[in-house]
Amino acid sequence: MIKKIEGSFVSLLFAGTAFVGAWYGARAWLPELASRHGAGIDAMLHYLLSTVGALFVAGYVALAILIWQGSRRLSIGPRFASRKTEIILSGALGLGMAIIAEGGVLAIGIPVWSEYFDAQAPADATVIEVTAQQFMWNVRYPGVDGVFGRTDPKLVDDTANPLGLDRSDPAGKDDVVALNDITVPFGHAVHVRLRSKDVIHSFFLPNFRVKQDAVPGMTPEVVFFPTRTGTFELACAELCGLAHYRMRGFFHVVTAKEFAVWLHQQQAGS
Amino acid sequence: MSDERGFIRRYIFSTDHKVIGIQYIITGLVMALVGAALATLIRLQLGWPDHPWPLLARLLPEGYPGGVMAPEFYLALVTMHGTIMVFFFISYVLVSGFGNYLVPLHVGARDMAFPFLNMLSYWIAFVSALVLILSFFVSGGAAAAGWTAYPPLSAIAAAVPGSQMGQSIWLLSMALFIASFTMSGLNIVATVLSVRAPGMSMMRMPLTVWTYFTASILGLLAFPPLTAAAVMLLFDRHLGTSFFLPSGLIVGNKLLSNTGGSPLLWQHLFWFLGHPEVYVLLLPALGVACDIMPAFTRKPVYGYRTSVYCLWAVGALSMIVWGHHMFVSGMSPFTGEYFSLVTLTITVPMTIFGVNMLASLWGAKLELATPMLFVCGVIALFGSGGLGGLFLGNATADMQLHDTYFVVGHFHMMIGGVTLLATFAAIYFWFPKMFGRMMNETLGKAHFWLTFAPFFTIFFMQHFLGLQGAPRRYYAFTAFDYLQKTRGQNLVISLAAFLLVSAQFLFLVNFVWSLVKGRVADANPWKATTLEWTLPSPPPHGNFDTVPTVERWAYEYGVPTPDGDFAVQTVSADHVPVTA
Repeated sequence: MIKKIEGSFVSLLFAGTAFVGAWYGARAWLPELASRHGAGIDAMLHYLLSTVGALFVAGYVALAILIWQGSRRLSIGPRFASRKTEIILSGALGLGMAIIAEGGVLAIGIPVWSEYFDAQAPADATVIEVTAQQFMWNVRYPGVDGVFGRTDPKLVDDTANPLGLDRSDPAGKDDVVALNDITVPFGHAVHVRLRSKDVIHSFFLPNFRVKQDAVPGMTPEVVFFPTRTGTFELACAELCGLAHYRMRGFFHVVTAKEFAVWLHQQQAGS
Repeated sequence: MSDERGFIRRYIFSTDHKVIGIQYIITGLVMALVGAALATLIRLQLGWPDHPWPLLARLLPEGYPGGVMAPEFYLALVTMHGTIMVFFFISYVLVSGFGNYLVPLHVGARDMAFPFLNMLSYWIAFVSALVLILSFFVSGGAAAAGWTAYPPLSAIAAAVPGSQMGQSIWLLSMALFIASFTMSGLNIVATVLSVRAPGMSMMRMPLTVWTYFTASILGLLAFPPLTAAAVMLLFDRHLGTSFFLPSGLIVGNKLLSNTGGSPLLWQHLFWFLGHPEVYVLLLPALGVACDIMPAFTRKPVYGYRTSVYCLWAVGALSMIVWGHHMFVSGMSPFTGEYFSLVTLTITVPMTIFGVNMLASLWGAKLELATPMLFVCGVIALFGSGGLGGLFLGNATADMQLHDTYFVVGHFHMMIGGVTLLATFAAIYFWFPKMFGRMMNETLGKAHFWLTFAPFFTIFFMQHFLGLQGAPRRYYAFTAFDYLQKTRGQNLVISLAAFLLVSAQFLFLVNFVWSLVKGRVADANPWKATTLEWTLPSPPPHGNFDTVPTVERWAYEYGVPTPDGDFAVQTVSADHVPVTA
């Protein structure tokens, strides 16, 4: 009797976990979406949440049923499953997982991955250089000439010249520099060249489904297409030191007109 | 058999694999207490950020200047919690501890293949743990660059306080740990290959032995690159080399003279070890769970052969998937596609293995004793943890989830939870063999309930923190608007964490009390079939008076025999028919 009650409780633990877990998990967790390729990433995540969620519930319920039955059984069932059952069970479940896991990647994942990484930045993309350092984001625009001026680490001075701009380079005359605020015009792709001065940081725009490490010595590039205007947060996603948790930036998507005005003001100011 | 060794040779510098195994287990449990204390402080901070704690400030003045935890202390806690739990708790207790204790007994050997090497490996492991603990007390505090120690953060003293002396000591401790773990792994491989009892063919070995064997091979193949990387990082730190440091680094407004190195090189070397390492921890957990189960289901495990083949497949695949930790690291996106596809291939053998465990319950006459309860927990966490892997192995999904709490939730389910619950299952199950006394069942069952429920709550919820975009290794979630709504969830997680840690005192009390007052155990209290149960509890030095002859596989349950419904592996085929 006690054995049966105990079995029921343990069985209930796992069944309950499955249903409470599914109930908890089935809400809109993702930050509001603001980029084009992000829809693909969300599709990938939603596919996984639903297939994996179903497998999770099925697995836990199976465990609960087996425990329920087992704790009530007075003698064991057949010692072995037939060879055929074994092959079918292993084969079917192995194959099923392969289809769910690999199929998901091939059908939904890789196309998004390619869209994101293989995309050539369109000619009208807003090109920005973001240089991370402990614990801020230096932002630079090439200006009207579309060419970034030369920089040299030897010229860097954290207060006077944080990027080490070479003032003698004519291409750099019209470069616009900002700190922790990225402004881009709506309706154009954004092309970010990422750099880091000191340690590894990670450029994470949760709403845009963009995350890319900024590694010193490398200049990885990301291209994405905002689908909304507004102000969004930029976080650092790779441990970079004491103030990692508040290495915050802003990503403003504004109308083309507002952007032109803003850029003009910046150039006049610099 | 009389034992003429003195106390020191018997219990301190012993070459007996059983004593060494127990030494590893005790050392690892002590380290686990340290790791759990660190976790408590971490959760205190995340549950109540910016809250002053006057008592802690008095106890740890440097960690709590002015009563509030310092960010550098938080990072040191996170780093040391991870390092201690992965390398100094699970590796010691489950892999080295139970590996040492069980493998020779299970294969019918009188000791490990190299008993002296075994003693050496334990004492080096002991020193390595001491060295790690010492690093809390050096200037700048313990290492703070995460257990992954990515340079340049870990290479440059000015980058974070923990990268002063603390990081060097961390690397030294890791080097000692690796030396010790390599010796111990070599010993297990040699023992399995060369000193099995007559009749113990490879396909008659219990799954436990198979998993330790596979895990040890993986460890031997994967650890050397990390050793090399650790030495290179020490050189970068102290001898002015630039293995991991590119030119143009500016730290603290000062241009460094390094040139030509690559931070990504460290990540490749680290994860070339790091990924197989998770299987080094995980596989033994699954192995012991598989072998504990039949004693409480009274049936053979389901699909023994398939499970062995799955282990081979997982072992082989685990060596070629390390890049899935680096999808957004700046590594070529084409390699990302490769790593994604191969990583998800692992789900196939792992699913089959998991289903085999589940199917072992099918048709069982189940007795839910404490070890079996923990095994049920192992199966459950292996399921939920494994399913989380489908998200992270998928490069496209990982772009959003990388370095968020989803990762923290996932690996705690797997190399935290599966291994923790399997460790408890193993302790409850083999305690009578080790110490000749039974552990208390009531306390044991309470311990299970109060461990599984909060554990699952904590790490299940963390997956969803990750979906909301909460990055890991954040000292607080106060600085971002989009993270404000995670505050309540973090509070719940912290409360569950305190419950989890408190519940472990039930275990400690049970362990110590049973050691002294537990009911005396006979040779085979669980009516199990492997060779150690033919010996008295505890078994004498040298285990077997005469080397046993093995007549059958390890899962002869559910057959009518003179002993009841099982036959130990030494029972001759003349008495009880061999069924596999």
